[in-house]
Amino acid sequence: MIRAVLVAAVLLGAWELYCRLSGIDPLVLPAPHQVVAALWNDRSLLASDLLSTAGEVAAGLVAALLFALLAAISIHLSRTMRRSLYPVLVASQTLPIPVVASLLVVWLGYDLGPKVAIIALVAFFPVVVATLGALAKTDPELPRLVRALGAGRARTFWLVEAPAAIPGAFDGLRIAVVLSVIGAVFAEQAGSESGLGHTIQQALPQLLMSRAYAAVIVLSALALALFGLIGLIERLLVPWARVQGSQL
Amino acid sequence: MPNTPVASAVTLSDVVLTRRVNRSQQIEVLDSVTLSAAEGSTVAIVGPSGCGKSTLLEVACGMLKPTSGTVTAQPAAMMAQRDLLLPWATALDNAALALRAAGLSRDDARDQAADWFPKLGIAGFENVRPAQLSGGMRQRVAFARTLLAGRPVIALDEPFAALDALSRIEARAWLSDALAAGGRTALLVTHDVEEAVLLADRIIVLSPRPAKVVESLSVEIAKPRRRSDPQVVAMRQSILELLGAGQ
Ligand SMILES: Nc1ncnc2c1ncn2[C@@H]1O[C@H](COP(=O)(O)OP(=O)(O)OP(=O)(O)O)[C@@H](O)[C@H]1O
Ligand SMILES: [Mg+2]
Repeated sequence: MIRAVLVAAVLLGAWELYCRLSGIDPLVLPAPHQVVAALWNDRSLLASDLLSTAGEVAAGLVAALLFALLAAISIHLSRTMRRSLYPVLVASQTLPIPVVASLLVVWLGYDLGPKVAIIALVAFFPVVVATLGALAKTDPELPRLVRALGAGRARTFWLVEAPAAIPGAFDGLRIAVVLSVIGAVFAEQAGSESGLGHTIQQALPQLLMSRAYAAVIVLSALALALFGLIGLIERLLVPWARVQGSQL
Repeated sequence: MPNTPVASAVTLSDVVLTRRVNRSQQIEVLDSVTLSAAEGSTVAIVGPSGCGKSTLLEVACGMLKPTSGTVTAQPAAMMAQRDLLLPWATALDNAALALRAAGLSRDDARDQAADWFPKLGIAGFENVRPAQLSGGMRQRVAFARTLLAGRPVIALDEPFAALDALSRIEARAWLSDALAAGGRTALLVTHDVEEAVLLADRIIVLSPRPAKVVESLSVEIAKPRRRSDPQVVAMRQSILELLGAGQ
């Protein structure tokens, strides 16, 4: 953590130095101190933006998680689903998100709906892939044992395979968190009245570069906080898997 | 004995089993194995490494279908060579897994499983996960799970393989107690001939793969048996000779 702060400080120092020495126009690249000033001056705007973006991301992630688990379970349990649903899910990831976002706004309007849909669209896929990976890597002797002890297909799944897959779902969620924040920006830029992505989009034509950069920083902070939160939940929920390598 | 025929709990006749080891290769693992285990008895199975002992147990438990031949057996529960404990579940929940698999609720399964912990000398470790248990404790938990399956036959595949010599002696004690108390039929695979002589009523000696029954010996030595008992020593020696390791 201290090291991360140090790295950030060095990068910011270099950035500040570059702005001063090169005499670059702050309308092109604002210096860090100007961004910090914007963070402070625009704090009430940024705070309310953060709130609405965080709300969208949270709703989108929950939707993504529910859909991804459902999809992973059905693909794992059914060969038909693997053959039919999985290719469709893969194909869904090739959709150009900004275009889909605009179309959804036309269809569903400026509410939460299209934003949650876009965020879920970009966030569900890593959860599906990682959960399926964990399911496939379950020691095959474990379900075999439980079946020999008298459990049917469904009970075997809940007793053995589902718990074994939880760490995989968390691995996927970690990727999903980062993607969901990017998804939120696209969704807001397609049509929104608030949010960090909306503010970035508004700031650029007004040449409020420092504000745009400030909004990006708040966005990164949101992603970091969510990433940390996922790690925390994982440690509470999956204490048997010592997942140190994958946490902040 | 010959005058009091006992019902047989497990009978294999002329069981042949071939297994596919890779895409192009099949190997014969069991070659016309015929054996039977009398109800309530302990039958030890010894044989060279890789000869097909684990496979034989899986066939007897109905987990593998023989290529040919017939298997008639009462319902059996298997304790595999690896303990196969669920890493996320506590010792108690692992022992209770047999009951959960059979459809009991979590609480009922835990209640019944808890009774076995003091009997197997692992009281106090109910809420510990497998990673924090010693090898011997893990095997006791796996054994409890096998007993809790409530099947008349239990098949134990090298239950003490992971233990050092001292723990094995202790483990034999709780195993023979549990077997004596349960009235169950036990199939015990072991690579320790002495263990077979100490615990079993009958010893089946297998040939190298493909496994055939080389000899089926009835062990007529009063229990509890001691390692130093001349009869035990003599029987151990003759079995080692059958296995080609006499000297
Ligand atoms: N799952 C499997 N699929 C295909 N072949 C197998 C499988 N398991 C074991 N075999 C083969 O069957 C043969 C007998 O294996 P088995 O595990 O029954 O031997 P074993 O007598 O129990 O050996 P050990 O004493 O080392 O435990 C071996 O040659 C092995 O390669
Ligand atoms: Mg074996």
